[in-house]
Amino acid sequence: MGKTVVEKILARAAGRPAVSAGDVVEPAVDLAMSHENGALVINQFLEIYKGTGLTPRVWDPSRIAIIFDHRVPAESPKTATNQKKVREFVAANGITKFHDIRGDLGGICHQILPENGYVRPGAVVLGTDSHTTSHGALGALAFGIGATEMASVWALGTALNVEVPATIKVVVNGKLPPMVGPKDIILRLVGQLTAEGANYRVLEFHGETIRAMSTSGRLTLCNMSVEAGATSGIVPADAETLRYLREEAGVAGTLTPVTPDRDATYVRTLEIDVSKLEPQIACPHTVDNVKPIGAVAGTKVHQVVIGSCTNGRLDDLEIAAGILRGKKVAQGVRMLVFPASGRIYTQALLQGLLADFVRAGAVVMNPGCGPCLGVHEGALGDGETALSTTNRNFKGRMGNPASDVYLCSPAVAAASALTGVITDPRTVTVGGVR
Amino acid sequence: MSDVVLMLGDDVSTDVIYPGRYMATVLPTETPQFAFSDLGEFNAKLKAKQVPQGSFIVAGKNFGCGSSREQAVSTLKGYELVIIAKGFARIFTQNSVNLGLNIIEAPAIEAAVGDELEIQGDEVINVTRGKRFPIVPLPPARQVLIDAGGLIAYTRRRLMEKSPA
Repeated sequence: MGKTVVEKILARAAGRPAVSAGDVVEPAVDLAMSHENGALVINQFLEIYKGTGLTPRVWDPSRIAIIFDHRVPAESPKTATNQKKVREFVAANGITKFHDIRGDLGGICHQILPENGYVRPGAVVLGTDSHTTSHGALGALAFGIGATEMASVWALGTALNVEVPATIKVVVNGKLPPMVGPKDIILRLVGQLTAEGANYRVLEFHGETIRAMSTSGRLTLCNMSVEAGATSGIVPADAETLRYLREEAGVAGTLTPVTPDRDATYVRTLEIDVSKLEPQIACPHTVDNVKPIGAVAGTKVHQVVIGSCTNGRLDDLEIAAGILRGKKVAQGVRMLVFPASGRIYTQALLQGLLADFVRAGAVVMNPGCGPCLGVHEGALGDGETALSTTNRNFKGRMGNPASDVYLCSPAVAAASALTGVITDPRTVTVGGVR
Repeated sequence: MSDVVLMLGDDVSTDVIYPGRYMATVLPTETPQFAFSDLGEFNAKLKAKQVPQGSFIVAGKNFGCGSSREQAVSTLKGYELVIIAKGFARIFTQNSVNLGLNIIEAPAIEAAVGDELEIQGDEVINVTRGKRFPIVPLPPARQVLIDAGGLIAYTRRRLMEKSPA
């Protein structure tokens, strides 16, 4: 019987000839990622060793990645002390894939991993962050776990009691219309599946639209797969994956794409034609409350946010800057831009995109999670509304339960920043003069 | 037998259970103070120790969706609350098993604040209403961790087997 991508990856990682959905396995972990919550992982890791007489030692320091992104630079003494504790642990254990708060090498974990070539097709990647699903964009199996589970991985090098997920095949066909992109596809899909519709499932992406899509767009799709409850999103590795890893991530050596068998077993197949897709908006307070833009156009916004692990890459910034260039953010709107990594920040700087944003009246912030999860900066006032390219709009997500968050693509965010109300980007002119 | 102290709807996210702005707090001894902090009245009752251990929170589908933050589990574990829901999100379920938070999946559950509930075998009994609701058992792979006393204890055992002293 044919196998899905996740079944093939887990069979290899568990050292078995074959596994099927529902089997329980203990896969070897290729990469174990944490961010600031590494501080909690360290606590739990040390707890495991208590009373054992063994010296606490991570199983393989070259397979652990720690990236500071959630609260950078530190917003409080507590965070700063947690970060200090992680730095000391990293040094003591010889962890090499460590990205501190730096303008050149820093950024959001879900951008740092791909752009540094840490994720390979077929790998098992676990992260103490629910958006670890992002890395399926490179043909890996990547999913989020809690801090205690990560401590267990640091000790043993394997994930315990992993049930092989069943797979939903998502086939996307059609040419995307102008001003409609990967974010609109995934919002539409989450709306269709609902917030729990893919619980304990993998979304495996296929179709001509996916094959023609850049790795950046695929990262957006896989990033938000978790918003439908999916364990992971996976785009089977192809020529574009290899191009990205060789040319952009500088990966040398053998890369082995994992593709599903023709007769693989799927629990469900969804077919989406995007040739007439409109810009999509996730409305408060759940990500699956998705409407086509016409239903909410004209809604007043106080803050527009462009960035995050979902939409903070160079192509996202290019689209937004193209709309804003030579124009002004509307009075009464705060526009915040935060590129996903130092590398992207530098590219955007050299291309003049950051100047486009600043001249238009936007505030360009340092790479990191920024306002997305309401822990650091860019909080909303009572009764205010944000329009954001981030991935969650739960009540209180941006730090204030008395505010609303709408989610959208970079094109919608930029067009709306100019008007102060949710605006269809297909109605604005692009290519203004610098 | 204990009372239902809070009723919640579908898709209660970890941002509601434990808001992101408190994520720098990680110690299980410190996280309980922020449980449901945006539900001010309930949070105040918890902190004032007016909610007995073993009390029930009853929720709809997909409880604990969103972030992988383990604080969303340790904050509830701190009060030894029991969560009954029509369904749970994956990472929240795994974190609960790992840390020993008692979560019960009962897809047909009907209750209101103040109802008395009792867990009997594979059923939730709503004593107040005289109704019984079936419980979906945890998969065996998860039950192993609970039987071992949580993931820390289970990993410790596996580590000792791997590297005998």
